[in-house]
Amino acid sequence: MNDHVAPRRPELVCPAGTPASLRTAVDAGADAVYCGLQNATNARNFPGLNFSPDELGKSVDYAHARGAKVLLAVNTFPPAGQFQLWKDAIGIAASVAADAIIVADIGVAAYAAREFPQLRLHLSVQAGASSPEAIRFHCEEFNVRRVVLPRILTVAEIADIHRQIPCEIEAFVFGNIGMMAEGRCSLTNYVTGVSTNMDGVCSPAADVHYEEEADGTLTTKLGSFVIDRYGCGENGGYPTICKGRYSCSAQPEPYYAFEEPRSLNLSALLPDLMRAGVTALKIEGRQRSRAYVRSVVAAFRKAVDEIMTGKQPSLTDLIALTEGHKETQGAFQSKSWR
Amino acid sequence: MSGARTELTLGPNLFNWAPETWRDFYFRIAEEAPVSVVYLGETICSKRAPLFRDHYEAVAERLRAAGKTVVHTTLGETASRLDRRLVSDVCERTSELVEANDASAAFHLRGRPHCIGPLMNVYNEETLRFLAAKGAQNICLPIELPSSAIGVLCAAAGPAKVTIEVQVFGRQSLALSARCYHARAHGRTKDTCLFVCENDPDGLVLSTLERKPFLVANGVQTLSWEYLNLVQEIPALKAAGVSRYRLSPHSCDMVRVATAFRSVLDGDLTVAEALACLEELPLDAPFSNGFHHGRPGYGWTALTGTAPH
Repeated sequence: MNDHVAPRRPELVCPAGTPASLRTAVDAGADAVYCGLQNATNARNFPGLNFSPDELGKSVDYAHARGAKVLLAVNTFPPAGQFQLWKDAIGIAASVAADAIIVADIGVAAYAAREFPQLRLHLSVQAGASSPEAIRFHCEEFNVRRVVLPRILTVAEIADIHRQIPCEIEAFVFGNIGMMAEGRCSLTNYVTGVSTNMDGVCSPAADVHYEEEADGTLTTKLGSFVIDRYGCGENGGYPTICKGRYSCSAQPEPYYAFEEPRSLNLSALLPDLMRAGVTALKIEGRQRSRAYVRSVVAAFRKAVDEIMTGKQPSLTDLIALTEGHKETQGAFQSKSWR
Repeated sequence: MSGARTELTLGPNLFNWAPETWRDFYFRIAEEAPVSVVYLGETICSKRAPLFRDHYEAVAERLRAAGKTVVHTTLGETASRLDRRLVSDVCERTSELVEANDASAAFHLRGRPHCIGPLMNVYNEETLRFLAAKGAQNICLPIELPSSAIGVLCAAAGPAKVTIEVQVFGRQSLALSARCYHARAHGRTKDTCLFVCENDPDGLVLSTLERKPFLVANGVQTLSWEYLNLVQEIPALKAAGVSRYRLSPHSCDMVRVATAFRSVLDGDLTVAEALACLEELPLDAPFSNGFHHGRPGYGWTALTGTAPH
């Protein structure tokens, strides 16, 4: 990384699962907030989460009055015959003056670009565009203005991509570490019959089971499959297939075949990301509490502002908010993660 | 569409077989398998592509000489410089058809006839029409699409002048990652893998803590443990207008698999007879057809009253 390049002031893009979270994020210093509607059109289609069209309109007004933007995620893949719901979502985004929609499906992008050319398009991480060519395809065909990069690239690779694409880059800095290429994962559907791509659900709560034995051992299951098992007093994680423990012929004991249950925390790489040409820093977690949103957004707001004034950012508190209090820089720091 | 001659196709080999095994497999396919289209090339890992390079042209030539159409396929996930060079090389080096498995290849193939592979997300009519307008002439659908959506896509395919292809046999691709799980299982990384995936001709089985086989790792890809088998669904797929049926290669007798499916497509075997024939294959896992019926993908719905295995 070229340390002589001054960091650029990035937009801090924060999650909001509810209107209350959105107000919390805006008040805590978010430059932009992303959210979804209460249906399969977004990739966090959980009960009790997301916005009605009316709530979205009021939230946009709240954010705009405080100088913040609202980005609507319409980032699932409509199955044939059900496209109308996605068309409606784009119409709603336009009618409430959302600042951008975040799309993944080629058909949804084509429809939005054709029918609402004034509406700004961002390419969701769910589109899985991980090369300059894939990103340029979407920019040239649909006038995509920003790409949310997959969590599989090193900072050096991000800087390289930045030089080869005609749009802005948004990069994840904190939250869940997506192990599988987003938008290409059918693991949940394989086990539960509910599709991450089409229904917007990864590891649906209705299929999650915790079984505790007399000795305190806790087994976590998704559908009929055991995902992990914890000893008495151990911190049991949410059963996500790609963070489960399995056995194979090459390993003497069960192991985390894909990734340990830990979170992505790139706070230490913030100055590098800002020099790499990243326009927006994304915090993951629309399913998280308002308290979480307030803490993370405030911490990153402070850190970005400190970096911009040449100070060393202080982010040690964020480790307390990571999954199982374990964190990783994933693919961002080094190729050895792969 | 439903009156058109149906074609049996052989998808790309997903595994890292010894180069001679790979070559001999395709030589036998050329001579004995009743498939009309063969997808050739590396879709999983750009590091593997050079292993087969010495035999690639001889295999393609043997397949062409046997009257089969060769379609050159591309990576499912394109990220590194090596990945990107492989994709652009495949797209640029041939005047034959190329299959795009992600938007990187679609970028290179715009404006010329090409195919869309199952690792590229074509879930709906809008996407189908857009890609058809860019030159796509055959689209192999993602494995998780239920039959209801397949029917709607077939109806849209005719006016858009594209054919619809559906995978009907073989382990199903459930996920792709940047991390190589084969290397990880052996305490290595993608860069230091020493091609350890060559030990597992049908992938590396991952079992749950209850010792129940669950998933299969193949480099950066995660596959189903069960083998997809849609032989029972062939009559309904034909009626819906699916014109191409894809078999995904495994180390079992693929000529036998192809012959069984071709016989059902031609009406020379009943579904029950073909299923019985496929059940005799020495596979290490049962069959599944769950996604097709809008159910969990690992499951099996018996349509003929015959439960496999």
